[in-house]
Amino acid sequence: MANPNKAKAESGIMRWVDDRFPATQMIQDHLTKYYAPKNFNFFYIFGVLALLMLVNQILTGVWLTMSYNPSAEGAFASVEYIMRDVEWGWLIRYMHSTGASAFFVVIYLHMFRALLYGSYKAPRELVWIFGMAIYLLLMAEAFMGYLLPWGQMSYWGAQVIISLFATIPGIGPDLAQWIRGDFLISGITLNRFFALHVVALPIVILALVVLHIIALHEVGSNNPDGIDIKEKKDESGKPLDGIPFHPYYTVKDLVGIAVFLFVFAVVIFYFPEGGGYFLERPNFEPANPMVTPDHIAPVWYFTPFYAILRAITFDFLGLRAEFLGVLAMGGAIAILFVLPWLDRSPVKSMRYKGWLSRIALLLFAVSFVVLGVLGAIPATPIRTLVAQICTVIYFAFFLLMPLYTSMEKTKPVPERVTG
Amino acid sequence: MADNGVNKGRRRFLVGATSVVGAVGAVGVAVPFVASWQPSARAVAAGAPVRADFSKLEPGQRMTVEWRGRPVWIINRTPEMNERTENLDPGRLSDPDSNEQQQPSYITGPLRSIRPEIGVMIGICTHLGCSPLYRPEPEAAVTDNWPGGFFCPCHGSYFDLAGRVFRNVPAPTNLEVPPYRFEEDDIIVGEDEEAV
Repeated sequence: MANPNKAKAESGIMRWVDDRFPATQMIQDHLTKYYAPKNFNFFYIFGVLALLMLVNQILTGVWLTMSYNPSAEGAFASVEYIMRDVEWGWLIRYMHSTGASAFFVVIYLHMFRALLYGSYKAPRELVWIFGMAIYLLLMAEAFMGYLLPWGQMSYWGAQVIISLFATIPGIGPDLAQWIRGDFLISGITLNRFFALHVVALPIVILALVVLHIIALHEVGSNNPDGIDIKEKKDESGKPLDGIPFHPYYTVKDLVGIAVFLFVFAVVIFYFPEGGGYFLERPNFEPANPMVTPDHIAPVWYFTPFYAILRAITFDFLGLRAEFLGVLAMGGAIAILFVLPWLDRSPVKSMRYKGWLSRIALLLFAVSFVVLGVLGAIPATPIRTLVAQICTVIYFAFFLLMPLYTSMEKTKPVPERVTG
Repeated sequence: MADNGVNKGRRRFLVGATSVVGAVGAVGVAVPFVASWQPSARAVAAGAPVRADFSKLEPGQRMTVEWRGRPVWIINRTPEMNERTENLDPGRLSDPDSNEQQQPSYITGPLRSIRPEIGVMIGICTHLGCSPLYRPEPEAAVTDNWPGGFFCPCHGSYFDLAGRVFRNVPAPTNLEVPPYRFEEDDIIVGEDEEAV
């Protein structure tokens, strides 16, 4: 049943639409009467930027599909064709390949913001879980997309990742074969990854983004003080510390978008391969199942988890090191999902948490970056030891969180948002 | 509120029964989609096991068959060759006991084979995928006190006659042993022993 109290335009074409579709109501709910805290800082730009990168990936992806050939025989040549012969193909391709890295930069900062200000805490648990699901699917999307150019690193990177499934005791080898659809990675694998990358995963990711935003707009945005602005309202029911998302934040975000696009354009035009980290050098050779590259490393946004995988070098409880590594890597991502229930602090924001939480977050961030560096370079005994220490810190941050967040002394939270 | 003549028990049963039947149908519909990811008939044919007749293989000789696009070596090792391999100082090898998963589970021991005299391995160097050369005789002297084996000309890795990699060479692991079984005078490469 339609809600009779829905906001409607007085007359004209909008009224005609509003009688049939809640356009005015939706615009008010999500833009002009969506009250966001007035104290957003720099860290609050990354959600909008992630949305921008999603649009960028979809738009450039659709255009790339027009010239790409998803077959083992034609894939590599068609990417070269896009780069050399298609009008502006190089730009569209770099916007997509470098865009993937930019997307992850933005996503990681967006997630760090959530850790910093407790944006995952009640009542925003579902916002966080939808967000983590998006992150997980984006990793799958990026991994499958990386196979499509059918270069050496495409091929061998996929070889390493698919063999991870083969380490599962019992069903592993059959599972890996089921994923490949062949006895080795072949054009069959390429075709199915193409279908998933271009059709299936984007649809699911888009749906999750909608859920993420609906859940956010239901509970309202958190802010650097971690205060619920809905508790202090004026006579007309507007939060005293809230301002309408449109026009205030749309205009503010446009400035952030302009700055971001400036940086993004510089990278695309001058460092599109990111020094071998956005597009790895072996990927400029066609995939060759006979020849393994010297050093196989995933793209930078996977390297922290790859380092955790490699850090497990010992058998334990009758399980082989390879499988334990896979479990550790999977656990490193899975544990993020339960974060809202690990944080027992009475306050949300790091501004009012105690020094234990601050040190924990600092150590966590440092170990994540160190793992990211270690995952990109060949392993040595010393590096493996460092990776093991960082892996312990990574997990300790989460597993000890119920302890240190409940025992530390927090600062008093102000009634109203600060500056 | 009144029930308005609704039999709630019956309604719950009908909803439950319909849901269960619907769920069974959904699982049934999922079967072709999941099974569609299995290797296709063409992929299975292209990756089919290869039969090789080794009855004419003289002691000490090697033959090569192709399986799934890769060269598979079959070597007929003499007792002297096996003796040299088994007596090799394990300290010179990086994985003498084949702990890395480079062979099926039934391939064990220093000779890494089902029958001691017949060695089967994939002739692709585990470093960068070149095909190593066959250097069975100690006179080849690939390294000091050479027991016979394989030498990769690309980056100088070497392996013994069981495909075990030496220490301090670029190749990280032993040569891969494919699944295989014997059938009279033939070797079936690509089929496990227990599979038949």
